Amino acid sequence: MTTLPHHTEKKLGLVIDLDICVGCHACAVSCKEWNTGAYGAPLSDLHAYGADPSGTWLNRVHSYEVKPKEGPAQLIHFPRSCLHCEDAPCVTVCPTGASYKRTEDGIVLVDEDKCMGCGLCAWACPYGARELDGAVGVMKKCTLCVDRIYNDNIPEEDRVPSCVRTCPANARHFGDFADPESDVSIMVAKRGGYDLMPEQKTKPVNKYLPPRPKTQGATANAEYAMPAAETVQPGGLLGWLDKALAVID
Amino acid sequence: MHPAASVIVFTTFSGIGFGLMTLLGLRFGVENPWFQWTATIAAYFFAGLGLLSSTLHLRRPDRAWRAFSQWRSSWLSREGVMSILTLGVFGLYSIGVLFLDVYDPWLGAIAAIMALVTVLTTSMIYAQLRTVPRWSTGWTPLAFYGFAIAGSLLLLAALLATFGAPHARQVEQYAMAAIIIAWAIKYGWWRHAETATLSARGSGTGDATGLGRIGSVRPFEPPNTSPNYLMKEMIYRVGRQRARALRRMALFLGAVAPVILIALATYAGAAAPLLILAFLLHLAGMLAERWLFFAEAEHAVGSFYRATDPMAA
Amino acid sequence: MEKTKTFPPQTAPSERGLDLSPHVSDEIRKTTCYMCACRCGVNVHIRKDHNGREVVSYLEGNRDHPTNQGVLCAKGSSGIMQHYSPARLKKPLLRVGPRGSGNFKEISWEEALTTATNWLRPARQKDPSKLAFFTGRDQSQSFTSWWAQAFGTPNYAAHGGFCSVNMAAGGIYTMGGAFWEFGTSDWERTRMFMIFGVAEDHDSNPIKLGLSKLKKNGAKIVGVNPVRSGYNAVADEWVGITPGTDGLFILSMVQELLKAGKVDVPYLVRYTNAPWLVIEDPGAADHGLFARGKDGHPLVIDRRTGKLASAEDSDAKPDLKGVAKLPGGRKARPVFEIMAEKYLDPKYAPEAVAATCGIEAGTIRRLAAELAHAAFEEEIVLDREWTDWRGKKHDKMIGRPVSFHSMRGISAHSNGFQTARALHFLQILLGSVETPGGFRFKPPYPKPVEAHPKPHSKWEPDTPLHGPHLGYPLSPDDLQIDENGRPRRIDKAFSWDAPLAAHGLMHMVIANAAEKDPYGIDVLFLYMANMAWNSSMNTSGTMEMLTRTDEKGDYVIPKIIYSDAYSSEMVAFADLILPDTTYLERHDCISLLDRPISEPDAAADAIRWPVVEPDRDVRGFQSVLLDLGARLGLPGFVAENGSPKYRDYADYLVKHERRPGIGPLAGWRGEEGEARGRGAANPHQLEKYIENGGFFVAHIPEEAQFFKPWNKAYQDWAVGMGFFDKPQPYVFSLYSEPLRKFQLAAEGHGDRQPPENMRARIREAFDPLPTWYPPFQGEMVDKTEFPLHAITQRPAAMYHSWGSQNAWLRQIHGANPLYVPENVARAAGLQSGDWAWVTSHHGRIRVPVHVTAASNEKTLWTWNAIGKRKGAWALGKGAPETTRGFLLNHLIHELLPPRGDGMRVSNSDPVTGQAAWFDLRVKIEKADGPGADSLMPETGGQVSPVGQGPETVEYGKAWK
Ligand SMILES: Nc1nc2c(c(=O)[nH]1)N[C@H]1C(S)=C(S)[C@@H](COP(=O)(O)OP(=O)(O)OC[C@H]3O[C@@H](n4cnc5c(=O)[nH]c(N)nc54)[C@H](O)[C@@H]3O)O[C@H]1N2
Ligand SMILES: Nc1nc2c(c(=O)[nH]1)N[C@H]1C(S)=C(S)[C@@H](COP(=O)(O)OP(=O)(O)OC[C@H]3O[C@@H](n4cnc5c(=O)[nH]c(N)nc54)[C@H](O)[C@@H]3O)O[C@H]1N2
Ligand code: SF4
Ligand code: SF4
Ligand code: SF4
Ligand code: SF4
Ligand code: SF4
Ligand SMILES: [Mo]
Repeated sequence: MTTLPHHTEKKLGLVIDLDICVGCHACAVSCKEWNTGAYGAPLSDLHAYGADPSGTWLNRVHSYEVKPKEGPAQLIHFPRSCLHCEDAPCVTVCPTGASYKRTEDGIVLVDEDKCMGCGLCAWACPYGARELDGAVGVMKKCTLCVDRIYNDNIPEEDRVPSCVRTCPANARHFGDFADPESDVSIMVAKRGGYDLMPEQKTKPVNKYLPPRPKTQGATANAEYAMPAAETVQPGGLLGWLDKALAVID
Repeated sequence: MHPAASVIVFTTFSGIGFGLMTLLGLRFGVENPWFQWTATIAAYFFAGLGLLSSTLHLRRPDRAWRAFSQWRSSWLSREGVMSILTLGVFGLYSIGVLFLDVYDPWLGAIAAIMALVTVLTTSMIYAQLRTVPRWSTGWTPLAFYGFAIAGSLLLLAALLATFGAPHARQVEQYAMAAIIIAWAIKYGWWRHAETATLSARGSGTGDATGLGRIGSVRPFEPPNTSPNYLMKEMIYRVGRQRARALRRMALFLGAVAPVILIALATYAGAAAPLLILAFLLHLAGMLAERWLFFAEAEHAVGSFYRATDPMAA
Repeated sequence: MEKTKTFPPQTAPSERGLDLSPHVSDEIRKTTCYMCACRCGVNVHIRKDHNGREVVSYLEGNRDHPTNQGVLCAKGSSGIMQHYSPARLKKPLLRVGPRGSGNFKEISWEEALTTATNWLRPARQKDPSKLAFFTGRDQSQSFTSWWAQAFGTPNYAAHGGFCSVNMAAGGIYTMGGAFWEFGTSDWERTRMFMIFGVAEDHDSNPIKLGLSKLKKNGAKIVGVNPVRSGYNAVADEWVGITPGTDGLFILSMVQELLKAGKVDVPYLVRYTNAPWLVIEDPGAADHGLFARGKDGHPLVIDRRTGKLASAEDSDAKPDLKGVAKLPGGRKARPVFEIMAEKYLDPKYAPEAVAATCGIEAGTIRRLAAELAHAAFEEEIVLDREWTDWRGKKHDKMIGRPVSFHSMRGISAHSNGFQTARALHFLQILLGSVETPGGFRFKPPYPKPVEAHPKPHSKWEPDTPLHGPHLGYPLSPDDLQIDENGRPRRIDKAFSWDAPLAAHGLMHMVIANAAEKDPYGIDVLFLYMANMAWNSSMNTSGTMEMLTRTDEKGDYVIPKIIYSDAYSSEMVAFADLILPDTTYLERHDCISLLDRPISEPDAAADAIRWPVVEPDRDVRGFQSVLLDLGARLGLPGFVAENGSPKYRDYADYLVKHERRPGIGPLAGWRGEEGEARGRGAANPHQLEKYIENGGFFVAHIPEEAQFFKPWNKAYQDWAVGMGFFDKPQPYVFSLYSEPLRKFQLAAEGHGDRQPPENMRARIREAFDPLPTWYPPFQGEMVDKTEFPLHAITQRPAAMYHSWGSQNAWLRQIHGANPLYVPENVARAAGLQSGDWAWVTSHHGRIRVPVHVTAASNEKTLWTWNAIGKRKGAWALGKGAPETTRGFLLNHLIHELLPPRGDGMRVSNSDPVTGQAAWFDLRVKIEKADGPGADSLMPETGGQVSPVGQGPETVEYGKAWK
């Protein structure tokens, strides 16, 4: 239904740790692989082997160059998929009722049998999380792997999104944000997890953990400095050697 | 945003069509059956073509009927519902006028109001999108109204002149005024648009990624080396030169030329051909204006793909 | 948006037809990924398509697998697209057009195998050296080398010589194992981790898993790399070093540590040759060699008595400094003292190296201090008993939680061997090799250099080679040169050009064969290496050499046989194509005899098996090679009655024994599958592997998990596993005597001496202590003309050239810009999106550029192997890989610029012959004018023997 539920029992979503994401695209490809064979229409690829190949992806990994006030520029890898917003504008703009947010767990889905492919929901999403499939003409988006996380045909430990299961750097975490005791909630609280584009008032469920500050310059970690005095001592530069050898019995 | 022909035609034509329905519903016309037939057909032509064109934008038009279901939350759905209702109510009103020679002022007024509401719903499809800062403003419905009324007045004036209606001159003057007012509104819209950038809205690359807290942010590598749906749909790039030229063209065709032609029509007597020409030029200008409306609009997702902070460029 | 009251009531999910528990697959078959050489365990989900055929529906990591523990990288997950690639070869091909054109006719396997046999047989009968058989990144080298040995050609190697032999050899000569595939960090315990010159490495998933563990434990990660992408992006600190200067940076940290006494003295005394005495008798033939007692054991100074003692004497207390008088009056000093003298030289001071390395002196100092802090202040003590090889019991395991990792950023330079040595050396000085928190070997390593085979190359007609081709020379006596000092191998491996060429020099084969230097060949037989393209330096030149004709108009390299699975560039340049299967369609073996997938706590090996049947007329290459071997009647390939000894590769895997009881696979040996490591062949071995998920793991007992080279329990376990036949404890070589022996030859000693014009370079490069010299190319070109460095990196989501046929991966990396540092771009007037000419001493390319601030200021870089030749890989017209994707290889020459004496030597490390890909020096200028936005050089095009891929892919439709 196009209207949003007042309240969802759970708020399932992802935490993405930008401190460790190495930008390997594993999550994006695994997502594509699972979803092309699972929920709804396949994720098509047009001009697959020709000029300008362009396909549908539910998760894409960007990288950014960030220049701090001091120190060298940094590269930061940044996966981008649906944030399963609490106030999801993509849902309310949908004229057909194809887009909806589940009351049970807050997952935002597209009922592909109802979608007329108008594309308005993709316009309404600030995060570029919706893509109109080039072959089938229906709107595709991250399903939070709704067909995995409750799936009795999958071993329990694997009932997590495909992207989370595959991330080699363990930069993606899945859980219930409605539960303040969940791993994801705790992680967000501890690491200062943040919302993307809060001004869009979408109240995203997914959170991003910021990169930790970097060490740089000669004066960092001064507490580890080696005692300079030891470098000049009786016995020449290796004056410490006798002492060191004496320790070995 | 990608300036798709379907939406450009949809918004301009349906604006004129429903504008004309408003005017006809409010009895701006004359009781000449030839005029009534032509005007009614024109109204249906523009509104209908606009709506038809909007379905060309759909990838699954067979499911378009579902779009009537979500009027409670979706402006697009409301637009669909309102336009069909308006076409119906205006149709009833027109049946009275054309076949029964009955003018029901109440039905006319209701049709007129519904047509105006339809124009509002059309504009709100765009104005509601917080993701497109240029659109997301009260100026957008105002501008849609301005142009719907100006265009339809000009069309009405041309029709009236064609059928030799006595108050054609008066309507000409209204049209001229409406064109000027509409472009004044558009000017306001443009002024607003200049400041309604992504970074000004807090949706620049630094904000979008949340990395702005570390320093200035610019994209390093996009997720894919060839363009994808998002880039093609949301990140249309118009050259500055081209935009300026088009804007001048829109202004000239949409405002300056029609105003001069109306003025000529007023004083030169050979009114109808001049007004028809004025309308056609205006329409061409409006298509250019609408092209720019889409093409120049930045979508928030653009922040992920290109630097929106001048500092980081 | 305003929340609206739900009316009508929210549609229940079930009413929407949402099936929360859909059928996933009919069956899961567990095998080993081969989208790269990391060799992760993969669960292949199989289901039936609409026609009832079995298709692969989903790939996921195998959680039980030691390598990837359930994760899968982008390449691994896109295996479906590789497996169903339109570029797959379908049938054996015989060339009908000129080489390079791609014009072939399809032939039967019988015809193909007969043709190959007819080309190979004369060579074997007359002169086996007329065959050069080189293999790419396959993982069956123990098998392919065995074939080549039986054939009798001296000309065999795999791709290691252009890949990473510097790392392998640097580590093995120093400590009997290396970063790279022979060992890894103790990810659980390390407190400080430095990663040098790595973009991806073969340990793709394990490194990522490791980094995330480090982050979780709050350990510090330092990335040393001219480029700040990938692992360097997530590192806590980035050291944006100038290419080719790591050795200097490392030795400067060594100086800092030595000055402050922050080296692990007890460790050095016990486990390294630091106390061993080095003869000091300038001019003598043994100057610089170890002083040895009558029993041949090295001598040390006993600290208590000041007298000489044997290094083997467990009661002696070896000193690290002092001067010993040897019998006969000559002097000798401990390695440690010589070493300290060398590295305390002011030229290694942080201030002295800062400008060259592009790293501030203060930063070098601080990093050394941080290493020392982590190693000595954050010492780890495990309460685990262990016994050393002398029988002494230790109640604890003391660990120094510092570890390094490094790969091609260090090895692909002409000073790479010594730099790799320097890094292993630093790791040893800190006492953190094989201790908790440090660097740990993966079985069958550690293995001292002496325990490795030596190279062999003597060939005779119709006769197998009398030993393995590749190995580790210990002195000039082990060089493979003839009486006149000329190279015996076509690639000149183990000649004075590249004395320690442990992996051969695959990058020189085509060039040398085309020049008939040292001799011409009749048949070039290649497997799984795109030598006409990204595998070669000087790509345009290589295509010319492959098509070069003599006066008579015949190809200088008369016959080229090639096995590929896909329509690569190299396919077009070969005469006979033996089409291989994909990795899901064949048997393979990831053997402990070969490149191990073990972990520090366990030995492991694995198989691939046909989880789906090929739908084309293709055959697994190893089976084809067995067939060829049998047709040629090679010993070992035929049974007594002359019939083929092995049905196919699967049969070989189970039955073949290298040594009694030792076969390709270590698991489930013995008739009942009861034995591991050693044991009789088990006919059901492969079934056991398949039942177990495709792999086998043998855990190392707890007490044996650290101090492996000196740990009695480990040595015994390793003997039990069949890694060696008797315990072989050894000490690490801070000072390398084999290197010194080559240096002595260059100084004029012995009967095998380098040619005059190579003496100086051998003398410098074979320093027995890790050293640094500037990369050759930088020294030989005008640095003011070519002021910049240009390097490549592996993209995580693309595997060399073979990822471009992958509909998913090519969307991620279909084109590559040259990344140009801001300052360079400013000076050249370049902006992102512009095109530029990049020029080296050898060539000129025109490429698109992108400006970056996150790299070393003198370094340009790009992703490796994205560019493709038109028509290859079943790609269509205008594919971005052919219009915006380029190779840097056109700028790199396989030879260095001519020297004053006109001589040109290989663009390789002078010790190992490792290709010096990253020594490249260039300049950059903006490309202007009409048409400046297209790639140069133009490399022509080839006809696709497999047609073109479909317009649209909708994978999943097959069963939906
Ligand atoms: N995804 C993927 N994985 C692969 C491969 C692949 O093609 N794709 N190929 C496999 C193969 S065959 C190999 S050999 C390995 C190679 O794995 P890597 O060792 O990771 O090889 P490269 O990508 O060449 O990375 C070299 C790194 O060294 C840096 N570098 C260059 N010069 C210097 C220097 O002088 N000093 C330092 N400190 N750094 C330097 C470069 O910036 C780059 O980051 O990867 C294997 N894994
Ligand atoms: N500029 C620059 N050049 C480099 C490097 C660099 O860092 N910079 N790195 C160098 C290094 S380390 C390496 S390893 C090389 C890698 O370069 P290559 O060895 O050329 O690697 P690939 O492009 O993967 O090519 C291997 C060939 O094997 C084929 N193949 C794939 N799967 C199979 C199979 O199952 N069976 C058979 N028979 N064939 C198969 C592929 O189709 C392809 O043609 O590149 C080298 N070139
Ligand atoms: S798989 Fe993990 S590390 Fe790789 S890009 Fe995705 S989130 Fe980042
Ligand atoms: S991220 Fe976009 S698609 Fe997802 S819920 Fe939010 S607005 Fe909708
Ligand atoms: S594209 Fe489909 S899901 Fe999106 S708004 Fe239109 S009908 Fe709704
Ligand atoms: S949760 Fe599932 S659908 Fe969403 S990005 Fe991850 S893999 Fe894709
Ligand atoms: S690292 Fe990736 S491609 Fe390589 S073996 Fe593992 S999963 Fe396969
Ligand atoms: Mo390699």
